[in-house]
Amino acid sequence: MPVAAGSSAAVLTARAGVLGLQGDFAEHLATLDRLGVEGVDVRRPAQLDEIDALIIPGGESTTIGKLAEQYGFIEKLRDRAAEGMPVWGTCAGAIFIAKEVPGHPHPLAALMDMTVDRNAFGRQVDSFEADLDVPDLGAKPFHAVFIRAPRITRVGPGVEVLAQLDGGMIVAARQGRLLATSFHPELTHDERFHRYFLSLGKG
Amino acid sequence: MSAHSTPGQNGSKGTWTLKTGLAQMLKGGVIMDVVTPEHAKIAEDAGAVAVMALERVPADIRASGGVARMSDPEMIQRIMEAVTIPVMAKCRIGHFVEAQVLEAIGVDYIDESEVLTPADEKYHVNKHDFKAPFVCGARELGEALRRINEGAAMIRSKGEAGTGNIVEAVRHIRAITEAIAELHEMAATELHTKLEAKAHEFRVPVELVREVAKAGRLPVVLFCAGGIATPADAALMMQLGAEGNFVGSGIFKSADPARRAKAIVEATTHFRDPKLVAEVSRGLGEAMRGLSLDTIPAAERLAGRGW
Repeated sequence: MPVAAGSSAAVLTARAGVLGLQGDFAEHLATLDRLGVEGVDVRRPAQLDEIDALIIPGGESTTIGKLAEQYGFIEKLRDRAAEGMPVWGTCAGAIFIAKEVPGHPHPLAALMDMTVDRNAFGRQVDSFEADLDVPDLGAKPFHAVFIRAPRITRVGPGVEVLAQLDGGMIVAARQGRLLATSFHPELTHDERFHRYFLSLGKG
Repeated sequence: MSAHSTPGQNGSKGTWTLKTGLAQMLKGGVIMDVVTPEHAKIAEDAGAVAVMALERVPADIRASGGVARMSDPEMIQRIMEAVTIPVMAKCRIGHFVEAQVLEAIGVDYIDESEVLTPADEKYHVNKHDFKAPFVCGARELGEALRRINEGAAMIRSKGEAGTGNIVEAVRHIRAITEAIAELHEMAATELHTKLEAKAHEFRVPVELVREVAKAGRLPVVLFCAGGIATPADAALMMQLGAEGNFVGSGIFKSADPARRAKAIVEATTHFRDPKLVAEVSRGLGEAMRGLSLDTIPAAERLAGRGW
C-alpha cells in the first residue's frame, strides 16, 4: 500500500473531489493540481458521481455537517463509499467520517469505525506543529499542523493506526479506502499524504 | 511574509502557520456578532463558523455613543462555554492590554476593531507579540498590508459597521482586490522600481509587496465585514472576492434572526447560485432597517478609525 514519493501522477486517481461547502478546500485543490490530478470543487451531491475519490477538508465540522445534511450529501456519500470510493477527512473531515463523535449535535457520515474527540487539545492558543513519524510514508518525518484539532480515541478492528504523537495519541488512521488525519497536510508543501490517499483507489 | 512561512519547530505554538491556518479553516463561512450565550447557540445552530462575542452589536454602539471598550471577560467566557466553534472578541485599536486580557482568557481570534473607540492615535497593537491570532479591518491595500506587517493573520474590510448598508464594504473590497490586480500585473512585467514605489507608498517592506504581486492575493485570508444585512449582500461580497463574511447587526437586528442567519450561511456557501440565493431569501421577514451613509456625519463614521 505505501507509495513511493516519486511515483508518477499517472498511477494515481484521475479525478479527485474536494467537498467545497466550507473550509480550506482551495488548499487541497491546489495540492491536487501540483500533483497533476484533476480536482473538483464538490458542492452538490450529484457531483459525487463524477469523481473517483473525495477529500473532506478542514473547516468547522458543525457548519460542514449541517450544510452536508441539508443538501442531501450524507446518503449519497455513504453509497459511494460503500462502492469503494476512497474518502479522506482532514481535521473537521475526520470528525465528519467518524462513526462516533461524543457530544456532536449533528448528523455525520459515520463511515469509519473510530471515535473522534473534537477540540481535543484545547483552544486556538493550544494549536501546535509537530514532526510525526509515519512509517507508511517513509523515514522522513511528516511536519504536521494541528489547529483546534480532534484526536482519534478509539479505532475498531480493521482500522490501521498510521501515526501517533509522543505519548501514543492517535492522529492518523486508515480503514481500507478510508483515511483520517487530525492535522492538515494541505497547509504544508509535503504532498506524501495526498499521494498516499490517491493510491488507495488502485489497491 | 516568506520568513513566516517556514515550518515551526516541533511542538511550537502561536506560529504564523497556525495563526493564518485557523483563518483558512473559516473560509467560505460566516462569523456572527453575538451578545449573549443564547445568541451564540442560535448562530452555531445556523451554521456559523465562529462567533464574535461583544456586549453590544455595532448598531447599538452607534446609537448609544460614549466610549466603546472591550467586553466584560465574564460575558465572553460564558459565550466560550456555550459553543464549540471558535470565539472571537474585540479590543480597541492600539490597546495591547485589552489584547493581553483576551489572549489570557483563551479567545481564539482577536479583532483589533474600529468599532470600538481607538485607544492609541499613533500605534496599532504589535500583533507579533501575541500567540493568539488577530484580524484587522482595512479600507484599501496599503492599510491591509500595514496590518499584516504588524502581524495580523486575517484581514476584513471595514465597511461601515452597524448601518446595514453594504456600500462601504463594496468600496473597500473593490479597492483591495483592484490594487492587488494592479500589483499582479506589475509583477508580470517585473518592474522592480514600481514595486519599490508601492512599498514606499504603503509604508511596508518591499518583500511583502512583491509577495502579493507575485501571488496575486494577500498572504492571509480576506473576509468582508461592515453592512451585510441580506443573503444577497453575502453572495455579492463573495462574488467580489471576499473569502467569507462577518455579519454584525444584520442578524440579531432583523425580524427572524435564526432563519436569516441560516440563509446568510447558505448564500455564502452557494454564492454563485442565484436560484439558491433566491430560495433562501424568500419570506425572511424584515431586514435590519439600516442607515444611508449620507445621514451619518463624518465624525461618527467608524471606518475612518485606524490608518
